[in-house]
Amino acid sequence: MKTAKLQAYSVERRAYSQKLSAIRYPLNAKILRLLICSFAFFILHFNCYAQSISSTELINNAKQYDGKTVVYEGEVIGDIMVRGDYAWINVNDGQNAIGIWTDKDLTKDILYTGSHKFKGDWIEVTGVFHRACLEHGGDLDIHAQAVRKVRPGRQIIERLNISKRNLVFVLLGVLCLVWILKQLKLR
Amino acid sequence: MILKPRLEDIKIIGYYLGKIILGLGLTMLIPIIIGLAFGEINPVLDFLIGIEIALIFGLILIKLCFTPPLRAGAGFTERDLNWMQGMIVVSLSWLAATVLGAIPLYLSGHWKSYLDACFDAMSGFATTGLVLVQDLDHLSYTHNLWRHLIMFIGGQGIVIVALSFFVRGVSGSFKMYVGEARDEKILPNVIHTARFIWLVSVVYLILGTFALGTVGVLNGMKPINAFFHGACVFMAAFDTGGFAPQSQNILYYHSLPFEIITIIIMLLGAINFKMHYHLWMGNRREIFKNIETKTLFITIVITFCITAFGLTQIGSYPKAIVLFRKGFYQLISGHTGTGFMTIYARQFINEWNQLALVGVICAMAFGGAVCSTTGAIKMLRIGIIFKALLEDIKRIIMPENAVVIQKLHPIKEIFLEDKQVRSALLITLAYLVLYGLGAIIGMLFGYPFLNSLFESTSAAANVGLSCGITDVNMPATLKFTYIFQMWAGRLEFMSIFTLIGFLVAVIKGRR
Repeated sequence: MKTAKLQAYSVERRAYSQKLSAIRYPLNAKILRLLICSFAFFILHFNCYAQSISSTELINNAKQYDGKTVVYEGEVIGDIMVRGDYAWINVNDGQNAIGIWTDKDLTKDILYTGSHKFKGDWIEVTGVFHRACLEHGGDLDIHAQAVRKVRPGRQIIERLNISKRNLVFVLLGVLCLVWILKQLKLR
Repeated sequence: MILKPRLEDIKIIGYYLGKIILGLGLTMLIPIIIGLAFGEINPVLDFLIGIEIALIFGLILIKLCFTPPLRAGAGFTERDLNWMQGMIVVSLSWLAATVLGAIPLYLSGHWKSYLDACFDAMSGFATTGLVLVQDLDHLSYTHNLWRHLIMFIGGQGIVIVALSFFVRGVSGSFKMYVGEARDEKILPNVIHTARFIWLVSVVYLILGTFALGTVGVLNGMKPINAFFHGACVFMAAFDTGGFAPQSQNILYYHSLPFEIITIIIMLLGAINFKMHYHLWMGNRREIFKNIETKTLFITIVITFCITAFGLTQIGSYPKAIVLFRKGFYQLISGHTGTGFMTIYARQFINEWNQLALVGVICAMAFGGAVCSTTGAIKMLRIGIIFKALLEDIKRIIMPENAVVIQKLHPIKEIFLEDKQVRSALLITLAYLVLYGLGAIIGMLFGYPFLNSLFESTSAAANVGLSCGITDVNMPATLKFTYIFQMWAGRLEFMSIFTLIGFLVAVIKGRR
């Protein structure tokens, strides 16, 4: 009798604990998920910024991003300045240009650099941001780990501005007229 | 009683103004040649429009203001300029140069408004270096050259350009020379002095371009870009201007040798042209005796100590080389009135503390030597005021019947006189008022005190360092304020005061 009672109790107890764990399990899962998310957020927020960050954001909050891996996008402008196995490129996102210190090989895909006659290649740089890089005399720069070409640059074909050309001729006529009048007056 | 100016005065002013505008217009031929060489069609059209408008205005002024001689002698427009006329010609020439020089800039489409183009033109002519240009990295070679050329022209003096090349035999030229804040004749004749200044500048231009271009090539730039940048950066450095061909200014080059060469050129630009003459003549001792170079050395040391102490307090730049390339570079750039930057404008506010900023503001306010291309109070005046202070202290300490004299050595040994002290103090006071005025106007628009003072001092002392206030979106009133400050600061007030007096006389004067 006693054994039967004990068995019934243990069954009841098991059922209760199963019920309880059924209730608890989603809670644990939620906590676990929350922990994973928090950890991922912590990692991304404090060490890496997956989305591209603007130059203004980087310059204005340089201390916050110092030493962190960032993603920065922009147009390559000016010269690719090769220094040994590395190279300096300057990348302008439309607000400011930031210097990128990169492995020379990572610049091989860059065909166009921005100038008056060219629209430079638009690239995405992943690298470590420095507020005042000790390796480069305190420059605010990014040491690239990866460079990806987002869209290619192109040559800007300059067309003659007809209205400017016409204005040149009109003003030339006026200038000749004034000069003739001046000569007449002087005589 | 104020007398209304005579028609004769207005005609003489208009006649010489017309001649100077003609000269200025002809300088646009240089970017046109460069534009043709680089095959930049539309930029060349911008300059053709600019040169034509300048020539039309110049010719109309000459035509309207020329008076033919009644008898065998010259008409009154060919006569000697008096002080008032000379000063007004100078002040109006700078305004005309700004308005006309801004035309090709505005036509390029890189400036949002004509006011912005005028701002950059005045900043260039006055060798300031504050910019409102948009998308500078895509600007043509033609326009970029013009931006730097106007610094070269403004640094030597717009009237000096006209005196040297376009205006011959003007006996009143000394008055215009003085009107451009140059009161020392290096050689007995003003035209010869102007030409010597050009000779010095052109020789340094060749050497500086070669040095910077070579470093550029070694740094990995394309040779054509390296030498073009070399020429532009030289013009901006020697004339203590501060423009650069790229939006990052000197930070673009990421190069210590480039920065060292620009420091040397900036210092050469901050030295009196008379000193250059002595150095050219082999008199190297002069550099150690001269009051201006001694004062410059002392003020650089003092202001750098303040700045370095401030930067060390917050640990912005922990290594000595970093402190040199960021702290010392901005300081020397500010002290010489150049305005080259190796940091971003916002970094001054975000990463420098107030003490470091005060050090740079003081350096900007002091400036370089007289008869150089720098703005601000200048070393000779600081030296004179300091000597006068020493003299007064000696008078108090020494017996009453003792004769106290103070000597100073600006090129030659002279006794300090009250007249010199008064003049130095007046100009110093005028500068301090100008710095303060701009700061107050900045604060009226909601900018903090130190930021406003920094930007105002930079504009009035023709420096060009910016803490971020100078921006295309800043209020138009502030743009006008800075334009006025750059103009008044470059001409050292006398020409401006004369022009204001002339305008008052036109309105209120009696016949």
